Amino acid sequence: MTVFDSPYFHKTSKAAPLAVFRIFFGLMMGASIIRFWANGWIEKLYIEPSLFFSYYGFEWVKPFGHYTYSLFVICGLSALAVAIGYRYRLAIISFFLSFTYIELMDKTTYLNHYYFISILSFLMIFLPADRYFSIDAKRFGTSDIVPKWSIDSIKLLLGIVYFYAGLAKLNSDWLFRAMPLKIWLPGRYDIPVLGDFLHQEWVIYAFSWGGAIYDLCIPFLLLWKRTRLVAFVLVVIFHVLTRVLFPIGMFPYIMIVSALIFFDTKLHERIVDGMTKVLSVISSATRNLFSNEGSTNKEDGSLTTFEMTQKKELYPPLERFDVSRGRVRFKSPKWKLSLLTIFFAIQLLFPWRYLLYPGELFWTEEGFRFSWRVMLMEKAGYANFKIVDRTNDEVFYIDNSDFLTSFQEKQMSFQPDFILEYAHYLRDHFATQGKEVEVYVESFVALNGRRSQPYIDPSVDLTKQKETFKHKNWILPFKDEIKGI
Amino acid sequence: MKKAYLILGLIALLGVMLIGCTEDEGDVATDNFNRKAMLESWADNIIVPGYESYVSSLENLNAVAETFTSSPSLDNLSNLRTAWLDANLAWQKVAMFEIGKAEAITLINFTNIYPTNTDDLVSTIESGDYDLTSINKQDEQGFPAIEYLIYNVRETDQAIVDLYAQEMANHPYKIFLLDLTERLETLATSVLEDWKTGYRDTFVNNDGSEATSSVNKLVNDYIFYYEKHLRAGKIGIPAGVFTGSKSTEKVEGLYSGKSKELFMAGLDAMQAFFNGKPDSNLAAEGIGLKTYLDFVQDISEGEDLGELINAQFESARDQAERLSDDFSEQVESDNSVMLETYDELQKNVVNMKVDMLQALNIRVDYVDADGD
Repeated sequence: MTVFDSPYFHKTSKAAPLAVFRIFFGLMMGASIIRFWANGWIEKLYIEPSLFFSYYGFEWVKPFGHYTYSLFVICGLSALAVAIGYRYRLAIISFFLSFTYIELMDKTTYLNHYYFISILSFLMIFLPADRYFSIDAKRFGTSDIVPKWSIDSIKLLLGIVYFYAGLAKLNSDWLFRAMPLKIWLPGRYDIPVLGDFLHQEWVIYAFSWGGAIYDLCIPFLLLWKRTRLVAFVLVVIFHVLTRVLFPIGMFPYIMIVSALIFFDTKLHERIVDGMTKVLSVISSATRNLFSNEGSTNKEDGSLTTFEMTQKKELYPPLERFDVSRGRVRFKSPKWKLSLLTIFFAIQLLFPWRYLLYPGELFWTEEGFRFSWRVMLMEKAGYANFKIVDRTNDEVFYIDNSDFLTSFQEKQMSFQPDFILEYAHYLRDHFATQGKEVEVYVESFVALNGRRSQPYIDPSVDLTKQKETFKHKNWILPFKDEIKGI
Repeated sequence: MKKAYLILGLIALLGVMLIGCTEDEGDVATDNFNRKAMLESWADNIIVPGYESYVSSLENLNAVAETFTSSPSLDNLSNLRTAWLDANLAWQKVAMFEIGKAEAITLINFTNIYPTNTDDLVSTIESGDYDLTSINKQDEQGFPAIEYLIYNVRETDQAIVDLYAQEMANHPYKIFLLDLTERLETLATSVLEDWKTGYRDTFVNNDGSEATSSVNKLVNDYIFYYEKHLRAGKIGIPAGVFTGSKSTEKVEGLYSGKSKELFMAGLDAMQAFFNGKPDSNLAAEGIGLKTYLDFVQDISEGEDLGELINAQFESARDQAERLSDDFSEQVESDNSVMLETYDELQKNVVNMKVDMLQALNIRVDYVDADGD
């Protein structure tokens, strides 16, 4: 008897919410890839640069020159296959791998949103999202029920993202200095109507506190049936505001659509019906493909019928149905539940790893990524690399634009792991010219409106330092204090 | 059922709002700081008058060059050199405004690329077959090439006069010299005309906060010029900051020995622009980056960055005063003064590029990518 035998893990839900989630996820990802391509970002971010900043341990992940486009083709097609539910498990695995590979190619482009997509698509590998209203279901058998935990797991992940983002805002810069919003909001004075207010102190503080409270509360408001609709209205307002105020691409749409998962089955079945109607209008052929024969939409929520038309199985379903005494129970494999338990344990613990490092998190950024620390910092830096050629004692400085794109230079200048990797790159670059060099950096960083301060110890030869998960003791201490989480 | 419609309605509303908000830039609200007034002041008090005096100095340069080529003499050569210097000094005041037409035609690359490639220059002149609009010819024209032709093309001043005085049909040096001075005037006039016939209004009306707004673009251009041209080009590169070995031949004003005068004019112009003044000698501060900084720092209660940046301009100037008139001589005799000047200039790169841009919420070298 383990925890996975408990009644919860046998509970079932209607499959429609998961199917709707799958469809919207796939479509949004497909659109994101097309948008990324259309904006010329593949070229600009993954082909033009001459070096790429790697995540520790993933130095082998690099773009493939012009073949990088094929990676995006795979990723985009996988997303669409996920949307229509065609060979779903293969498609979502392929999407997860290609998307994550893209994100690992250069950490210059790191965004919490991308990380969210990566882990969400990983989670979706293990969810039976293709069992209903999909091509797979049409071909291999449809089922309008899924394990309840599979829908809850998505809610949990969304809840973690919001709640941790809220926790991260509980610091003195955000709450009591209204930073960085005090820098960002007045700059958007030209937005119609709202612009007039964005330089007023009380408005800026209202945004800060409102944002923190929103993030902390929204998962619970969405979970509770009586506040759900209000919560969804808040979700829409919040994300529309962020979209209007900040350049954050597709993310607001993704979050708004994702939040639909919290609604009960009726809404999703109506969406499915709507989609079926639209599809049938478009072509009768598609109607045939997508029609949901065999599924019944009983409104009482308890499952009565389901159909597993065992045609040719592409792969056997991982969930076994257990019908007894008129009730349907799911048996999910233990390995799967164990794996997802570990996955969520990591999600819950990983953001706290910064506690293991000394110094101010915002300053050192040790443990900053992958922790839902969103919009917390306005940070800018300037890094001037000094090369000492040991062969002839010549000293000279680097023009960063010779090696880095302006985006890379900007990101590099205030993140210690970037600075170190770049210093090593410079060492290797000069080694190919037969020079044995020491690399020093004179750098200044300004954080959340404070005056710029020296950032890296200028007397440390960075070629002697190694990248590790340990604290980098060559980061100069932050001359201020930010209290809070 | 109602709920479903409400939710779908919300999503539709969201779509409409997003389209509305991203495309409706026309209705411009303002905070207390009037960016449009700043842009107007920049355009009407600094940039357009700057180009006007630059263009008139080039008209003079052309006239004097005509006189010299038609009657070469030591006096006329001396007048030509004065006219060259005046035009070059006028150029230093507008070189940082690489925006609009100037950006489109890369004015700076056809005006002041040094060192000039003297070997190519001479063979171009002697071949008589050239297209000055080609990017391959950028280092064979502009002020440095003219400078070579009027200061150094022969050993002595008399020999230079003699060269231009040679009796021959289609004298290649005369033709080329006049082509160069005319080209400078043509280019500068096209930029000035563009400002006067529409671009001024485009510039002033683009007073939003997005990355392509005039404030963001011009401030980025300004810092770029400070970093690449004033700090690196005029001081850092000849002092060997980026290579470890000094390059006396890479100074501006190599043949005239006027490096310091040109550099000082550039430094003054940059500080004057920072303070919103058309001329550094004017006492009154105009609407500009300094006043803008004062405004935003009232909101954020930050340090007085404007004062800090001005103070750093002053220390850079104090340090630069110690340089000799001819930087190639300075690099040769005591490069450390050059390096110290570079260090002082460097400090304001940090002040402006890190602190000022953060305070003004201007993205450096704007990259069109998503944020978090």
